[in-house]
Amino acid sequence: MGDANGVAAEVERFAIGISFGNTSSSIARISPEGKAEVIANEEGDRQIPSILSYIEGEEYHGTQAKAQLIRNSSNTVAYFRDFLGKEFKSIDPTQCHASAHPVQSGSTVAFTIRDTASETPNTVTVSEITTRHLRRLKQSATDFLGKEVNAAVITVPTDFTDAQREALTAAAKDAGIEVLQLIAEPVAAVMAYDARPEATVSDKLVVVADLGGTRSDVAVVASRGGMYTVLATAHDVELGGASLDQIVIDHFAKEFVKKHKVDPRENARGLAKLKLEGEGTRKALSLSANAQLSIESLADGIDYGSTVNRTRFELLSGKVFAQFTDLIQQVVKKAGLDVLDIDEVIFSGGASHTPKIAQLAQNIFPETTTVLAPSTCTTAINPSELSARGAAVQASLVQEFDHEDVEQSIHPMVTVTPHLSKAIGVEFTSATDVNFQPLLAAETALPARRIAQYSVPKEGGDVLVRVCEGAREIKVTKPEPKPKEEKDAEDSDEDFSDEEEEDIREIVWKTESPVAELAVKGVKAGGKVEVMVHVNPDLGLQIAVREVGGQTAVRGAINGSA
Amino acid sequence: MAPTQVVNVTLPSLPAGWTAEKDFKSVGTLSAAVQRNVEPVGPHFLAHARRKRHNRTFSEDERIQAQQNVKKTEDEEDDEISEDEDPMMLAREAKDWKSQDHYAVLGLSRYRWRATPEQIKRAHRKKVLRHHPDKKAAAGQRDENDSFFKCIQIANELLLDNTRRRQFDSVDEAADVEPPTKKQTQKNYYKAWSPVFEAEGRFSIKQPVPQFGNDDSTQEEVETFYNFWYNFDSWRTFEYLDEDVPDDGESRDQKRHTEKKNANARRKRKNEDVARLRELVDEVLAGDERIKKFRQQARAGKDAKRKAKEEEAQRLKDEKERKKAEEEQAKKDAEEAAKAEREKNKKAKEAAKNAAKKNKRVLKGSVKDVNYFADGEASAAQVDSVLADVELIMGKIDVDELAALAEKLNIAGKDGAAVKAAYTAEAKRLVDAGKIKDTEVKVFA
Repeated sequence: MGDANGVAAEVERFAIGISFGNTSSSIARISPEGKAEVIANEEGDRQIPSILSYIEGEEYHGTQAKAQLIRNSSNTVAYFRDFLGKEFKSIDPTQCHASAHPVQSGSTVAFTIRDTASETPNTVTVSEITTRHLRRLKQSATDFLGKEVNAAVITVPTDFTDAQREALTAAAKDAGIEVLQLIAEPVAAVMAYDARPEATVSDKLVVVADLGGTRSDVAVVASRGGMYTVLATAHDVELGGASLDQIVIDHFAKEFVKKHKVDPRENARGLAKLKLEGEGTRKALSLSANAQLSIESLADGIDYGSTVNRTRFELLSGKVFAQFTDLIQQVVKKAGLDVLDIDEVIFSGGASHTPKIAQLAQNIFPETTTVLAPSTCTTAINPSELSARGAAVQASLVQEFDHEDVEQSIHPMVTVTPHLSKAIGVEFTSATDVNFQPLLAAETALPARRIAQYSVPKEGGDVLVRVCEGAREIKVTKPEPKPKEEKDAEDSDEDFSDEEEEDIREIVWKTESPVAELAVKGVKAGGKVEVMVHVNPDLGLQIAVREVGGQTAVRGAINGSA
Repeated sequence: MAPTQVVNVTLPSLPAGWTAEKDFKSVGTLSAAVQRNVEPVGPHFLAHARRKRHNRTFSEDERIQAQQNVKKTEDEEDDEISEDEDPMMLAREAKDWKSQDHYAVLGLSRYRWRATPEQIKRAHRKKVLRHHPDKKAAAGQRDENDSFFKCIQIANELLLDNTRRRQFDSVDEAADVEPPTKKQTQKNYYKAWSPVFEAEGRFSIKQPVPQFGNDDSTQEEVETFYNFWYNFDSWRTFEYLDEDVPDDGESRDQKRHTEKKNANARRKRKNEDVARLRELVDEVLAGDERIKKFRQQARAGKDAKRKAKEEEAQRLKDEKERKKAEEEQAKKDAEEAAKAEREKNKKAKEAAKNAAKKNKRVLKGSVKDVNYFADGEASAAQVDSVLADVELIMGKIDVDELAALAEKLNIAGKDGAAVKAAYTAEAKRLVDAGKIKDTEVKVFA
């Protein structure tokens, strides 16, 4: 028992999940009923802008700080998450154009702000800013729960380096938060869905599209029996909600120029006002078909008010939407998969509320794929809350563990595991063709065990179970040309019919190599056969086949190659 | 683990002629695996990590987890409230609720004032399940006697109301612990008295109550303990023992009289209780070996201090005397040394004087030896002037120079020129040094 353990034992650990984003952060906990829920801060915000602002030594946080971007931009720190743990030369300060500018301070990044009542500005490192931000989040959670929060699981992007992780852990420690674990954002999103009571454990391939405020990250996650493996990731640090805001801003700015011959974007304050209100308008457009924008004294003291409808916005944003969908397609390709392989698309992050993006994504994927976004699926969880909820779920799981236990469990010794390169299944040969039914999907982490029940021929008798490795192929069939000469005359239908002529693509399983054959004899008519396949990490196999309800089982083992 | 999938496909029949030992035939191996990083999140990963770290297989892990789950439920069962019910108690009437032991009714006599509201709720539920009149009816017992059920309800109501529970706890004699007998205290004083104070401590407004401790308790702990008990702040009230106040509104005087009587009785009991507790603590304090020990220690400490002080004074005195003696000795030594020095100086001076005399003689002799530098008989004037010069030089040079000059003259011997040269050089040196004027020197100029 070390000292750290002794202290931990004295103070009861109380953990929450924190989603620490570049644009906004969320805090979540597991309610007494076992549901993950996102906590609102004092102002009632569940997405708390990751912004800190200082006036006369007083600290403002969240929405209040965001409002300071207009009048007090030089003492307002925003978009700092991605600077944490990085060197000054490797950061992209574009986002901070309208807030406090990052400066170099030793080997790290800092901001020069007047954070005290005195006139002389201080240089505050990004770690210190993060600590202050996390301290405010902790305080909000503590106030809400009425119990001192002292530990957390925090989500980070998949491309967070070790240095960034360390810096975040240290900053959290300074804020009085013990970091139980840092988990990847896309995995947290998958887990938020899997932790719902109605969710079942299944083998599926999930695309997690995390469309944030300033950047977008897309990942392909293989979920196999509740274990998650990230197969590929793609990042676009310039694409996000801000790109959509820019469209709204430009739209209104142009309208304003037409009316008043002044461009509000040329004035820093006007631009800040437009940004703040434009973001609100864009968010409102995700919920309703029309949205208003009204700004007092936008430029030259002229008040401005206007509305925009969703169709207009979607028309203007076509290019940006295409970038989102391209990113999704790109990551599927990077994982060596086809869109047909994807079982689920989870939309996460603030920009995912935009209905058109989810609709476009649905068009890319086949109909069997579930697109989990508010506009396409009624049971979808609020995309902005996914990471925080996932973190809260994980926090509740590891809260009881010793720090050492967690360290050991996330050690590469444990996490690096062999994954099946090909699916394992059972082959069915009928009189006409050979069929293959996968039992263990490719990319399943080993060791793994699956059990399945198959029916037998109607009359019963002896049956053969052939366990094989299978491969997925994509069969492309040209649709038969439809006889529609008479319709050709109508021009309006032409576009439509062209789309219909697309190739039909479907997944076909082919047996690659047989592994074992087992026979079950004397199965009753109408009975069922249960097959259990257990794959060891060394690729050894244990197969057991028995009739459901039967006493004896046929067992066999194949020694592993490694 | 993974639930059983039910797949709706039909397995093929066994082809004719297929045979294998034990109906199993291995026909190939799997393709090489790909090493990938599993994301360390989720309940299934934790299960995976557990298996991997403890080297368990699926079925082993499932068995161990199942065993752990079973243990947990057993623990919960363990602290369930289950006590035998006294048939006398079951026959109680609800109207005698004042004299009933509410904890015993709920089967909590083991816990009494320690019972948590949660335990009371659970115990009540359990009792209700057993004694509800409907249950009795269902069991075929025709008698409509639900008096014990009413007792249960009264007990529950009272114990879940904090104020009323305290009133009952105040007079709950079954929770009191009798002070130990002399014999018991001889065995282990602290062990014998601890339960008494623990029981009395339940009335303290200030919680937690300090422990009585044991032989090894520090003085501070013991003092805290007695200070606490001498300043005991009790919430104990005796309202529960009040006589019923007539509530008919007719005999107002009677009512007031009873109220007054009750108030007096309460005050009296409270005072008695305070006095009792004080006596108890006095008794314990008198018999507490630790107090004696601490007194002895304090006395011993004082003695030691005094002794140390005296020793210190003695030491200082000795030191002073020693210093004085040393100083005197040093003074004496210094005087003697000075005397010796003086003697020595005197001797040296005399020797120097003698040497100077001798040297002077050499000087005078030398000029005489060379016949005052004259050829033949020296004239009186010649002798005079030479001697005057020699006197002059002798008068102006110091002892060392005199010795050097005498040496030179000794070497020169009777060589007149050499002697003269020596004198001339000396005279010149003295003139240069400004000790004599060149006009004064006549012969050796």
